[in-house]
Amino acid sequence: MTEPVLEIAGLTKEYPGSPPVRALDGIDLTIERGEAVAIIGPSGSGKSTLLHMMGTLDRPTSGSIAIAGRNLDGLSDDELSAVRSRHIGFVFQQFHLLPGYTALDNVADGLLYRGTPLEERRRLGRTALERVGLADRARHHAEKLSGGERQRVAVARALVGRPDIILADEPTGNLDSKMSDAVIELLSDLHRVGITLVVITHEPDIAHRFARTVELRDGRVVHDRSAA
Amino acid sequence: MTDVSLLRGEDILRVAAVGLRTRPTRAILSALGITIGIASMVAVLGLSESSKSDLIASLDRLGTNLIVVEAGSGIGFGTGTLTETAEAMVSRIAPVQGVSAVGSVEANVYRTDLVPESRSGGISVRVTASSLLETLGATLADGRFLDGATDHLPVAVLGSVAAERLGLSAFDGSASIWLGGRWFGVIGVLDPIELAPTLDRSVLIGEDAAAALFDYDGIPDSLYVRAAPEHIDAVIAVLPATADPESPDQIEVSRPTDALEARAAAEGAFTALFLGLGLVALVVGGVGVANVMVISVLERRGEIGLRRSLGATRRHVALQFVGEALILAVAGGLAGVALGAAVTAVYAAARGWSVLVPAVAIWGGITASILIGGVAGLYPARRAARMAPTEALRSA
Ligand SMILES: Nc1ncnc2c1ncn2[C@@H]1O[C@H](COP(=O)(O)OP(=O)(O)OP(=O)(O)O)[C@@H](O)[C@H]1O
Ligand SMILES: [Mg+2]
Repeated sequence: MTEPVLEIAGLTKEYPGSPPVRALDGIDLTIERGEAVAIIGPSGSGKSTLLHMMGTLDRPTSGSIAIAGRNLDGLSDDELSAVRSRHIGFVFQQFHLLPGYTALDNVADGLLYRGTPLEERRRLGRTALERVGLADRARHHAEKLSGGERQRVAVARALVGRPDIILADEPTGNLDSKMSDAVIELLSDLHRVGITLVVITHEPDIAHRFARTVELRDGRVVHDRSAA
Repeated sequence: MTDVSLLRGEDILRVAAVGLRTRPTRAILSALGITIGIASMVAVLGLSESSKSDLIASLDRLGTNLIVVEAGSGIGFGTGTLTETAEAMVSRIAPVQGVSAVGSVEANVYRTDLVPESRSGGISVRVTASSLLETLGATLADGRFLDGATDHLPVAVLGSVAAERLGLSAFDGSASIWLGGRWFGVIGVLDPIELAPTLDRSVLIGEDAAAALFDYDGIPDSLYVRAAPEHIDAVIAVLPATADPESPDQIEVSRPTDALEARAAAEGAFTALFLGLGLVALVVGGVGVANVMVISVLERRGEIGLRRSLGATRRHVALQFVGEALILAVAGGLAGVALGAAVTAVYAAARGWSVLVPAVAIWGGITASILIGGVAGLYPARRAARMAPTEALRSA
């Protein structure tokens, strides 16, 4: 189990158009198990595109990606879906919780496409909600929660399936600073217990709290620093 | 590799219900079209079945074996007449179970002797014997019918319409009418006779009285014949020649139940027409569901993207939306079946029919809604499934 969680080599992504947009332009990046990585860079530098590639939500134009030692090259759409259901947890800026459903059921949905029975999903969901400090909100409907609480529910949903890596695209982008602190604190906690994290952020304050920072510009990695 | 995305059967149902739970009003409105379509089809089938069963019940009750023989009267007939012996001749045909002759005399009928001549009221005076009641299967509303004992007396039995026109519907046993310039005692009033409506407008008197008072010649103008049902066609074939051997082609033979059967057939044609209209409503309802679902898919791009990120395959997404359309359509269809049955029950009860909602309408309604739902869900589900996950997430 010493192989990297994520290994990216020579990754490019071009969006068709005239002229075509080269969103990623030769990315090499290796992320080891247990690392916490902040991805920064100006708007349009390719951060979200890179995250989507890492999460198998989109296919690269060229280059290779391996997740937990498995190369994604040539996998079918269904196989990529399976990789997401087993190995990857996502957290989005817009939370994407289902209104009308409880916090617990939203978290339990993290296991929906693994064929786990509902009771088991809820049992694991309860544990994940405890982990993010929202056990007392389990029965609240998603739309009744504050923004910070919603994002913590979304983190619990990403967590519930024990993925190899959690990918977060500007998780604090819709939150005020106090709420955003709580979410970042939560992510740091997860890192301390050994969860591998990749977080896109615009805010230097947040980036500083991660052990490693990767900076993109025009689809290329221009800095890759590890603190200490 | 063993990695596969899996969505359990019961979870397909759960995710298919998400849209209904998050947008219940829209769900109800979009299913309404299907409800109306199914309800109208079920009601049409139910009402046609109920009315047909009513007709069949009357046919059973009345019997389809009554034949009416009349002297020709229309264009091209002219001089046909029955003979005095026609009744006896016809009764000798083996499968004939009963014959009753009815003749006419020219006489006006009034409630009193004071009403001016001009107000004759359209009531005719018919001459008959006691057997008529049984041959027609007619029943008395009140009093008694003509019989051997009263045949020669100036007494009369009133048809239902005649009784009404004379103001004698509520016959109290001691009324008299002014008939052909003399008083006749009313001894009975008939119920409406479905198979011989002309008799409803008649006043019936006995043959001996008619002969004595109005010079009735004993030549009937119609014969009512009951025959064994299995030989009815054979009887009809020989009736003209038996009734008038000299000019059989001047004799009209008819079966009054033919009219009822024709009515049943005509209603069948209307049923087909209305069923067609119901089907159009149903298809419009299906288009409505498809339409609402397409909008829904666009609005729920974020949810679709999220599900893909959780590991849903395209097929899982498609199943969710087809499932949602099916739930909408089937719920709408069940409501439609219930509504259609209720309409049938209320209308049939108001008409005094027995309520009959055919099983084919119920199963057909449910099957049709499943088909409509499946077809309506197909296009939106395809759109949802083909959405690229990144597009879905980005635009939400
Ligand atoms: N589907 C697409 N079609 C065409 N161009 C695209 C598409 N998605 C992204 N791009 C382009 O690719 C480039 C990188 O986009 P990306 O969303 O990865 O940037 P980002 O670093 O996440 O920006 P932001 O900080 O604003 O989120 C941009 O120039 C963008 O316009
Ligand atoms: Mg972005």
